[in-house]
Amino acid sequence: MADKVEFELVSPEKLLVSQPVHMVVVPGAEGFLGVLPGHAPMIVTVKPGIIDIYANDMATITQRIFVAGGFCEITGARVTILAEEASDLNAVRGLDRATLEKQLVDLTEDLADAKSEGERHTLEGKLAIVQAKLDAQAGTLH
Amino acid sequence: MPSLKDIRNRIASVKSTQKITSAMKMVAASKLRRAQEQAEAGRPYAERMGRMLASLAANVAGGPGGPRLMTGTGSDQTHLLVVMTGDRGLCGGFNSSVVRETRRAIQRLQAEGKTVKLLTVGRKGRDLLRREFPSLIVASFEEVGKKKLSFADADRVTAKILELFNAGQFDVATIVYNKFKSAMTQIVTLQQVVPFAAPEVASDTGSEASAVYEFEPSEEAILADLLPRNLAIQVYSALLESAASFFGAQMTAMDNATRNAGEMIKKYTLVYNRTRQASITKELIEIISGAEAL
Repeated sequence: MADKVEFELVSPEKLLVSQPVHMVVVPGAEGFLGVLPGHAPMIVTVKPGIIDIYANDMATITQRIFVAGGFCEITGARVTILAEEASDLNAVRGLDRATLEKQLVDLTEDLADAKSEGERHTLEGKLAIVQAKLDAQAGTLH
Repeated sequence: MPSLKDIRNRIASVKSTQKITSAMKMVAASKLRRAQEQAEAGRPYAERMGRMLASLAANVAGGPGGPRLMTGTGSDQTHLLVVMTGDRGLCGGFNSSVVRETRRAIQRLQAEGKTVKLLTVGRKGRDLLRREFPSLIVASFEEVGKKKLSFADADRVTAKILELFNAGQFDVATIVYNKFKSAMTQIVTLQQVVPFAAPEVASDTGSEASAVYEFEPSEEAILADLLPRNLAIQVYSALLESAASFFGAQMTAMDNATRNAGEMIKKYTLVYNRTRQASITKELIEIISGAEAL
């Protein structure tokens, strides 16, 4: 068994990361998953959160990336994440907190006014992303 | 016979036009390169999305309870044509060829007794089609990706398409756009996006493709999330292709215009010189014959 797994992070606009990693922790819709080489094939939806990359050994995180949701395909040798929006965690930490909080309030109001099911669904999605960004800043998100 | 001054003015004006067209050509060339790079960069995502969909579809296929975006509404009575053109002209046959193809498709569908609706992206398409089919246009977008095409632009268009679909406004959606082949050639393509035909699992991936995936949450839930995303990707890549085609067509058109202007200048310069010489000769004859008469 290979000791590394090929990790790829792709956004619609470009290929963001492509490197072999030791382990990667993905925020799945039903809980975090740590993916090691030889993982069983899976397709998972990713919720807004942080992807941790362990490139060298199991103890040190070499890169933390914030994703705003997406999909993850795992095969034994490869992990592919299709993210809608992704940025380095430090970039998210650098965002203006007040703006995010304002967005949060706005979206919550919009959600209260939302009429159709579809509209509510998209707003809930947006809300989750902003909330996750705030949590990431506060450090309460994993 | 135009006077010398007229010809001089004419040459000056053609020269300045030539300057404009050659500048536009250069701008289009650099934008084309950027658009091509962008299209290139977007490809990995589309590829992997296709792969994921194929393996998902293989698992869900056959079930009648599949999402409607994939299985369709069960009828094909109402067609939605998503027409992608540019916002501006000066690009040769770029806009008109898309419109011509659209017109043909509309006539064909109407002859079959189907209802046709139009969603236009780009101002030129809307303007041209509005004259002929004013009642068919249900929505139109303008200045999509004016500065730089982003995924958010595609998302906006997709949201509208999905809204119409969920409201039962159409059964089949087709994108009409210019596919980029080279700077010289663009091919008008009709691509059906709703219901979405799942790609076949590529055989060359071998054992990997036949692997049994686990799904979290269920296949249906993932598929229901993935299909709208996939639609957005299809729209996005069509928009990218269309943008690259637009700049390619514009570059070619402007190159031709520059060359034509060059020819015109040459022609007028010849006429100018001839006229000038003729008038000098005439003056000389007058002087000489005047001197002889003395």
